[in-house]
Amino acid sequence: MLLEARGVHKAYGHVQVLHGVDFEAEAGKVTALIGDNGAGKSTLVKILSGALAPDAGELSLHDRRVRLTSPEHARSLGVETVYQDLALAPELGPAENVFAGRELLRPGLLGRLGVLDKKTMRARAQEAFTSMGTDVKDLDAAVAALSGGQRQSVAICRAVMWAKDLVFLDEPTAALGVRQTGKVLELVRRVADSGVGVVLISHNMTEVLEVADTVQVLRLGRRVAKLPASGTTVADLVGAMTGALDTPVTDARDDDRTDDRADERAAR
Amino acid sequence: MSATTGGGAAAAGAAPPPAQTPRTGAGPGVPSSSRPAWRRALSSSPAYMAVVLLVLVALFSLLAPDTFPTAANGRNVLTDVAVLLVMAVGTTYVLVAGGFDLSQGSVLVFAGVAAAKAMEALGGQGAGTVLVGIAVGLLAGTAWGAVNGLVITKLGVPALITTLGSTGAALGAAQLLSNGTDVRTVPDALISVAVQRPLTLSWLVWVAALVALVGGLVLATTRYGRHTQLIGSNAESARRAGIAVDRHTASLYVLNGALAGLAGLMSLTRFATTTISGHTTDGLQVITGVVLGGTSLFGGAGTVIGTVIGMFIPGVLNNGFVVLNVQAFWQQVAVGVVLVVAVYVDQLKRRRRNAA
Ligand SMILES: Nc1ncnc2c1ncn2[C@@H]1O[C@H](COP(=O)(O)OP(=O)(O)OP(=O)(O)O)[C@@H](O)[C@H]1O
Ligand SMILES: [Mg+2]
Repeated sequence: MLLEARGVHKAYGHVQVLHGVDFEAEAGKVTALIGDNGAGKSTLVKILSGALAPDAGELSLHDRRVRLTSPEHARSLGVETVYQDLALAPELGPAENVFAGRELLRPGLLGRLGVLDKKTMRARAQEAFTSMGTDVKDLDAAVAALSGGQRQSVAICRAVMWAKDLVFLDEPTAALGVRQTGKVLELVRRVADSGVGVVLISHNMTEVLEVADTVQVLRLGRRVAKLPASGTTVADLVGAMTGALDTPVTDARDDDRTDDRADERAAR
Repeated sequence: MSATTGGGAAAAGAAPPPAQTPRTGAGPGVPSSSRPAWRRALSSSPAYMAVVLLVLVALFSLLAPDTFPTAANGRNVLTDVAVLLVMAVGTTYVLVAGGFDLSQGSVLVFAGVAAAKAMEALGGQGAGTVLVGIAVGLLAGTAWGAVNGLVITKLGVPALITTLGSTGAALGAAQLLSNGTDVRTVPDALISVAVQRPLTLSWLVWVAALVALVGGLVLATTRYGRHTQLIGSNAESARRAGIAVDRHTASLYVLNGALAGLAGLMSLTRFATTTISGHTTDGLQVITGVVLGGTSLFGGAGTVIGTVIGMFIPGVLNNGFVVLNVQAFWQQVAVGVVLVVAVYVDQLKRRRRNAA
């Protein structure tokens, strides 16, 4: 297993946000993470990407236990994250953004003086944009001048270029129209097909079923379902999300699940 | 300040994009994509300000053909601008990083007084004394810059307030050091530098040119410069990219203080006295010139070549008015008007770009 989390707990002050969540992501697969607003998706992703420390729970990458101390730490292990707000520098160009904080320097003395190798960075960014089939054409325009879909593409390409193993995408299509959503989903699929694991957070069920291999559902800080995308319907997902329908977790750890659900019922 | 502008930029990055516009899928829907690089450079703020500068020079040359376009007068303009330009190069970095520094005029005075006092205490007129004075001046400026940088990044006090505070504090400290009277005991070795003119230009001009050249290259071609831009464009993004934002930001204020110290030494060399009361508007003049040169007050964009052009606009206006015997007060009015109009036109262009 590429990424495995067991019993992740997290509270903000007195508010318990995650109650022992399990989560898995596989290499070369798109794993969707869905759930209603406030279910704890972003919190879980922050924990899995090193931005937030869990109160309890364990994490393993490539079947080896890790304690992520920072996003930089996660990145050094090949895990990249595209946050909901993208975090691009609007005044700078796509290539500059892709290489932000990881600039290439010229060889030799100039490099030791800190001189950038703009040509190579540009060429590599161009190559990434083309090979991932994005429509980012103008490397000279500032990111502020790009369309929403192009900006999203830049952010995803940046993550994918550096992610050896796993990319988290927090609602990459939330602000996009139909056409650009399609482009981004194609990109997501291509990334997974290249062997990288992708975790996709989304509120759009049809989109999720279209692009994901597995869907994991979070409700009130618990994972209530893990379903293969094929054969699952939007109604199943909505049912799991809202609790109308209790779908069993198709996972080895069914037992503690049932306990959790009993707790939940008792709490009501 | 850097924190607030960073947040603003982050918000701009996350702003709902024009999602439903049909042309976006077509790729080259972005208008600038089809424009060649040279056209983009020509429509940039520095190029546009260079035209304004050329028009001013042409205008004054027509109005005062015997006195304005002469070598001697050109040298005057260059020497006038040199001291301010040294500080403006540092301020370009600070503004590009989304920061702000008002305090350079006062730091200049403090550094000049500290250097003059040190040289006075040492006595002697020779090069040894001058070298100590130079070291003290640079150190004094650097120290104020370090204070600014630490207060802004460690205590989180907005840059505007911090540097407003050090504007008063540095000037007060300079007056305490000198008992409120200018120090006139500048060693001969330093004064003699002011009258030398290697390759027809004063040393002051060469120093300013070197600072501008190195500053321009570092900003445009190195990782340090790129990180400065990234921090100003979106501090949160820079932080997530693993850039040590606070350390980098603090280093920019330190640099700015050091350059104000250098400017203090240059001013001391030029006037052979500390001119304590003569720099109250330096900080604003520097920011005016930098902004005229196309550096964004909101961070993320700016060039040193723009700053050089921007600093010469007030310089030429000032000189032209003197040559034409126009009352000096008009110069301040003119610079004020030029600044507001230039920034307005620049914003119009930006808005058009962002709306496209
Ligand atoms: N920094 C914080 N401090 C306190 N509470 C927080 C904080 N961040 C999140 N929460 C709370 O934690 C809960 C889960 O939030 P989270 O952002 O993980 O949900 P989400 O599933 O991503 O929701 P959405 O679909 O709206 O993005 C919410 O009730 C939220 O109010
Ligand atoms: Mg969220």
